[in-house]
Amino acid sequence: MSLFRELLFPFIAVVAAFTIGGILILIIGDNPLHAYGLLFGSAFSWPVGIGYTLFYATPLIFTGLAVLVAFRCGLLNIGAEGQLYIAAFATAWVGITFTNISSWLLIPLCFIAAILGGGIWGAIPGVLKAKFGSHEVINTIMLNFIAVALLSYFTQYHYKTPGDPIMQTVPIGQEAHIARLGRFIPGLPEFIPLNVAFVLALICCGLVYLFLWRTKWGYELRATGTNPSAAEYGGISVPKQIIMAMTISGALAGMVGINEVLGYRYRYYDGFSDNYGFTGIAVALLQRGGIPVDAFTEHVTKDIVQVLQGTIILFVAAEAFFHGPFAKFGLLKRSTV
Amino acid sequence: MLELRNITKRFGQVVANDKINIVVKPGTIHAIVGENGAGKSTAMRIAYGFYKADEGEILVDGHVHNIETPHDAIALGIGMVHQHFMLVDRMTVAENIVLGAEPGSGIALDLAKASVEIRRLSEEFKLAVNPGAVIERLSVGQQQRVELMKALYRHARLLILDEPTAVLTPQEVEEFFSILRRMREQGKTIVIISHKLTEVLAISDEVTVMRDGRVVGRLQTKETNAAELARLMVGREVLLRVEKTPAKLGSAQLSVRNLSVTVRGGAKPVKDVSFEVRKGEILGIAGVEGNGQTELMEALAGLLSPSQLSGQIRIEDRDITQEGARLRRELGIAHIPEDRHRRGLLLEFDLAENSILGVHYRPPIVAYAGTFLDNGAIRRRADEIIEGFDVRPANPDLPARALSGGNQQKLIIGREFKVDPKLLLVSQPTRGVDIGAIEFIHRKLVGLRDSGCAVLLVSAELEEVTSLSDRLLIIHEGRIVGEVDPKVATIAEIGLLMTRGH
Ligand SMILES: Nc1ncnc2c1ncn2[C@@H]1O[C@H](COP(=O)(O)OP(=O)(O)O)[C@@H](O)[C@H]1O
Ligand SMILES: [Mg+2]
Repeated sequence: MSLFRELLFPFIAVVAAFTIGGILILIIGDNPLHAYGLLFGSAFSWPVGIGYTLFYATPLIFTGLAVLVAFRCGLLNIGAEGQLYIAAFATAWVGITFTNISSWLLIPLCFIAAILGGGIWGAIPGVLKAKFGSHEVINTIMLNFIAVALLSYFTQYHYKTPGDPIMQTVPIGQEAHIARLGRFIPGLPEFIPLNVAFVLALICCGLVYLFLWRTKWGYELRATGTNPSAAEYGGISVPKQIIMAMTISGALAGMVGINEVLGYRYRYYDGFSDNYGFTGIAVALLQRGGIPVDAFTEHVTKDIVQVLQGTIILFVAAEAFFHGPFAKFGLLKRSTV
Repeated sequence: MLELRNITKRFGQVVANDKINIVVKPGTIHAIVGENGAGKSTAMRIAYGFYKADEGEILVDGHVHNIETPHDAIALGIGMVHQHFMLVDRMTVAENIVLGAEPGSGIALDLAKASVEIRRLSEEFKLAVNPGAVIERLSVGQQQRVELMKALYRHARLLILDEPTAVLTPQEVEEFFSILRRMREQGKTIVIISHKLTEVLAISDEVTVMRDGRVVGRLQTKETNAAELARLMVGREVLLRVEKTPAKLGSAQLSVRNLSVTVRGGAKPVKDVSFEVRKGEILGIAGVEGNGQTELMEALAGLLSPSQLSGQIRIEDRDITQEGARLRRELGIAHIPEDRHRRGLLLEFDLAENSILGVHYRPPIVAYAGTFLDNGAIRRRADEIIEGFDVRPANPDLPARALSGGNQQKLIIGREFKVDPKLLLVSQPTRGVDIGAIEFIHRKLVGLRDSGCAVLLVSAELEEVTSLSDRLLIIHEGRIVGEVDPKVATIAEIGLLMTRGH
């Protein structure tokens, strides 16, 4: 029953979005059915459409999970963007620096670099909030700017191939590359950058679920999120939870770097993120129902897709403002008469 | 003045009002009593046009009226003060009172005129309401008088008050009652919803008793008593007195030495307090609310930072002044907090998850690899608490928010009893709880004391602390100003110490 209710709203949101999108397409003078045919046709055609769809979904799964974990602790992590940049650079740096060791060692090292990089960048606003009470939204936004500026500097002046007009670092070593799924799946060409990071993203979905709902740590984190005073009363250290949640959140966002650097471009490419960190907020809202509905919305004509995305987000957010983790932020508090 | 005839109201499956008849005579104070969920608020909201009855009719001054909205009710001279105030915090009293009273007219123009009228009414009924004051600066008691003023300003002849005393201190209740009596003298009619019998007996002329959506009694206050009202409300005999045998005292379980609490800003809500609670006794602390009780209990429970404390807190031989809440719990301190919504419960969590708060991190709740929660163990614990403390509805999957206040309280008490505490800190154990459940909670507290637990009890209900406690301390402005023997001290004596401090 309650699961049904949970799923109902994302579903209504998607249907409503497509209806409104359809009306817009009609107004433009096109046939909505034809347009949607193209949209789905290209997003879900085997193998290229599906391959790219899943590839583009990978970073959003990570950032969606990142935002979700913070939400559950009552925190709004607007900083996934900065966290994933730092992580991507960290993993690229390891891949560039240690080229003469075996993949078996280097790849785990690169993973750790991404996780640590994102985790630390996420922990900073966590510590600031826990120790000084300064608001995480402001700090994460500022850290986004700092991360972008810092990494542009390093890319430009220290890690670029001399003379390269593109803002990107030198490539990472072959040993740090992770496999593309085309290697394992017959019929899926290897030029499609869908890679092992996608599998990692799915595993993370399961792990985050287990963590939040089946472990004592998840219990403490969620308790802090719904009522810090009661959590404190139950012997839970609220500052510790805030730092932990932001660290985990940052680490999850950081895994975008694995997909981007180790599985796709094999180098750090300045400004690579297509607002993954921010879209992650919307994804987290949709994932309340447990389904990453956004998967298909990439890779097709941007404008109409953005209309659809926007409408979905509006609808889901409208509901989330009342019931979801957002409600605590007091955007629309329901009075309890 | 007001008559509800055969009113029926259903909410889905729930029949909140089942063919009820209520007659309120003009110029009287009419009490409606009943346990939580009996349908009192629903009946009065129907009279006020907030809900529409499924069946039945409403008569005002002997004529059937179709009251569709609160506007209709106000036009007929009916005003209502809700259980939760409906005031805009940032606005002044005058602005709140004028708000919505005269739609369409310019507010600026009205305010000056309104202030004059508010002053006049305030004078007439001795409400002491200053039209220029900002709501958020006012005490709860003052806010309530603003709500009364709102109704009077709209020319209400009948005032419906939904549990008006729930938020007031004993002193404020006295004041409030004299206001009501004055209103009655001036010809107003008052309906007061309550489940506090002493208050009902003190203030009302007539009583209507409700139970499970029905009217089960219509009485003249003069001709009834608390026992009869309680029996009608609950549907069985209720023990209003606490029965207990003399305390079998053990050694000191909790010793507090020269404890002071300093809060941010430098104020000291608790000043140099010393006392002991011994095994097998209930030590009561009586005092007007806001005299340091909250901070004292939080200090003992480990919810304040050690830097805010000076002095010493010992549990048996161990100094715990510097320890946090978790370790104190491990040493056998259980805590029933005064504010169950803010402190005691995770309202969005289900009952099962709430039943493990505080023990959620250790066996048997954590079973696998010191990490994973054992759902079977959680459910067993929840079921035991729900059954042992008669929490209704008995469904561990419900969110705590869905329970009534009394059942939420029983869940908290059950959870805290479940750890076999050595010291129980308990604040306002029966606030907002039904009579039947109050009796139950009192018996449980006495039972715990008889099993050798030390109990420290803070309550704003004087009758509760005096009847439960074996010894009684009086707190005033953060200091312990006296100890009395609750068996011999009179309420008047204690009241004097509470308010004057000597
Ligand atoms: N708006 C509502 N929606 C659904 N059920 C309600 C609503 N208001 C009251 N009820 C139910 O009706 C019954 C009577 O409630 P109420 O009139 O508030 O009781 P009381 O004021 O006597 O405590 C309760 O079972 C309550 O759960
Ligand atoms: Mg009520």
